[in-house]
Amino acid sequence: MTDLYQSQRAMRNKRQAAMQRGVIAVLDVGSSKIACLVLRFDGPESFRDSDGIGSMAGQSSFRVIGAATTRSRGVRFGEIDAMHETERAIRTAVQAAQKMAGVRVDHVIACFAGAKPRSYGLAGSVDLHDGAVTDNCVARVLSSCDVPDYGENREILHAQPVNFAVDHRSGLGDPRGQAGNSLSVDMHMLSVDRAPIENLLYCIKRCDLELAGIASSSYAAGISSLVEDEQELGAACIDLGGGSTGISIFIKKHMIYADTVRMGGDHVTSDISQGLQVPMPTAERIKTFYGGVQATGMDDRDMIDLSSDTGDWEHDRRTVSRAEVIGVMRPRMEEILEEVRVRLDAAGFEHLPSQRIVLTGGASQLPGLDGLATRILGQQVRLGRPLRVQGLPQSVTGPGFASAVGTCLFAAHPQDEWWDFDIPVEGYPARSLKRAVKWFKDNW
Amino acid sequence: MRPINPFKQTQPANDPAPSRWAYRMERLWLTPSFRRIVRVGMPTFLVAASLGLYFSNEKRQVAIAEKYAEIRRSVEERPEFMVKLLAIDGASAGLNSAIREVMPVDLPLSSFDLDLEAMRKQVESLDAVKRVDVRVRAGGLLQINVEERVPAVVWRGPDGLELLDVGGHRVSALQSRAARPDLPLIAGEGANVAVPEALALLERTTPIRDRVLGIVRISERRWDVVLNRSQRIMLPPLQPDLALDRVLALNEAQDLLKRDVTHIDIRNPDRPTLRMTSDALDSMREMQGIKVNSNQ
Repeated sequence: MTDLYQSQRAMRNKRQAAMQRGVIAVLDVGSSKIACLVLRFDGPESFRDSDGIGSMAGQSSFRVIGAATTRSRGVRFGEIDAMHETERAIRTAVQAAQKMAGVRVDHVIACFAGAKPRSYGLAGSVDLHDGAVTDNCVARVLSSCDVPDYGENREILHAQPVNFAVDHRSGLGDPRGQAGNSLSVDMHMLSVDRAPIENLLYCIKRCDLELAGIASSSYAAGISSLVEDEQELGAACIDLGGGSTGISIFIKKHMIYADTVRMGGDHVTSDISQGLQVPMPTAERIKTFYGGVQATGMDDRDMIDLSSDTGDWEHDRRTVSRAEVIGVMRPRMEEILEEVRVRLDAAGFEHLPSQRIVLTGGASQLPGLDGLATRILGQQVRLGRPLRVQGLPQSVTGPGFASAVGTCLFAAHPQDEWWDFDIPVEGYPARSLKRAVKWFKDNW
Repeated sequence: MRPINPFKQTQPANDPAPSRWAYRMERLWLTPSFRRIVRVGMPTFLVAASLGLYFSNEKRQVAIAEKYAEIRRSVEERPEFMVKLLAIDGASAGLNSAIREVMPVDLPLSSFDLDLEAMRKQVESLDAVKRVDVRVRAGGLLQINVEERVPAVVWRGPDGLELLDVGGHRVSALQSRAARPDLPLIAGEGANVAVPEALALLERTTPIRDRVLGIVRISERRWDVVLNRSQRIMLPPLQPDLALDRVLALNEAQDLLKRDVTHIDIRNPDRPTLRMTSDALDSMREMQGIKVNSNQ
């Protein structure tokens, strides 16, 4: 845990340095596209007057000065599959964004969807010595959480204190200064596989960039597409991406659960490709232009040309009705949403006070998807688009950019994480000193 | 499967990605300091260096300086800038020739070569010139306007007779007193410094104008008014004008100056004293009945 603490802290410091310099890039490494946004932080940073528990800094005003998207290559299920191709794709996106911004970026905050995220709820409790909660007490209670065995070859991506309780008063956001006898904390920890992170790090390093932060894209999509009351009262954000579908559950403005389903829009395309015997680009085109999940009588008469260039006259002049396309797509969408449903049930989503579900991501633009999702996920489903941030070009305001925009917000207003707090004072050095004193006493 | 061959181009033809070097160059170009160096620093340096190299050759420097001087000369010597005539206004004939003599230039000359200030100083150094005004007028005319000093007194000084103006400044030397009988005469060392005072005193002697020969500065401190018939009025250093008024009033009332006195000494205003001729002294004693040397 300690080396993780150090590496995350190092990333935090890099981010702070980048913000002082004023320019930072946000990179969304997705399975179907790689998006790069260049942010400029202007104005002097106004730190909160009380340090310690605050979020990193009061950077509020940022502006998107460069945005670029490129087709993703070498990424599958939100994980890097072919390193060099991904590196080239990242380079393309970063260069185009830099060109638009007219400024060089050195620090990048990345988000990615895959790597099998797994959520853990942690609880910790500590006695208060002097009857009131201090900064040190918060650090102590955070380090007192008993960390589950999250497995070999896994890393912790997020570890956010969600709830503090002093004695029996629960639901405290900031417990400092409260009087009581014991302080307990609930923490949400998200662990991911180590290998995808290392691959991403390698790719970013090969592009001469420094990683200043890393986020799960389901978390980023949640903070950008859930509105404030949804985040407060409890909602789930379903980020329907190309290679994977991210799920994040928010309550009281904290993420309490995140997961991914390793299926997405690309699987729909490959279903069409297999079912209609067409190449992938044609299948993608058919999906985008004629796709849907709800067939009507009109769709039987709506014929789609499957023109190809094989030389076989019969094969090149096939047509298919739109209803058939929908018939291929719908089962796959149902499967994805059913899988989401299973994950939500496993997380206990039905116990939340509000069960709002927000669909976002590129695949959520499928016509009629909200109707289908209502049947599977429950009544309170809406389609979400990311928050408007300053300077964002019109072309990147669609739902497909929810996680990119969310990472911007994550960069500007980072939530308190476990490593933002100091290591508690009563640690190794004090004990070793005590031991040394004891050794002296025993021997002389 | 693509063959793993290091010499084969791994990048497919339709890949829009920049090569690593292109990417690095682009990033370098987007670095603000590098950009400034290339766009401002390097051109400036190149221009400065080439100019420096060009001018470091001594022959070229001389040639350029010569060319510059030649062009300058050709402009200066255009007929529009030439000064051909000297006109002097407000000077008497003698002063006119004196000014022409001291003028350090011989015309015609370019107006760029004229140092008007030096000329003004030069002319002003003449004693007879009170104020001078030198300028170049249109038509190649060097105009000198002179205001002459007007002689007010004749000073018999250590170097002979000199004419002084109202302020005591020397105007010119004088051959003989008879040349300027209209001017009053002052004498004595330091008289030239106190000319205004002398003039004020002489102004008061109007009632006895025909008798006054001159006024003499004594010890650079006080005045004696010298009259004919070797009479003198010795004035005090302080408020000599009042003392002179008293003497003149006495003269008005009792014809003092017509009497047989040589000196009217009013140096101490509280105790005016008369010095009489010996004859007058004798006759006065006789009148008083004092026998002087009666036994002799």
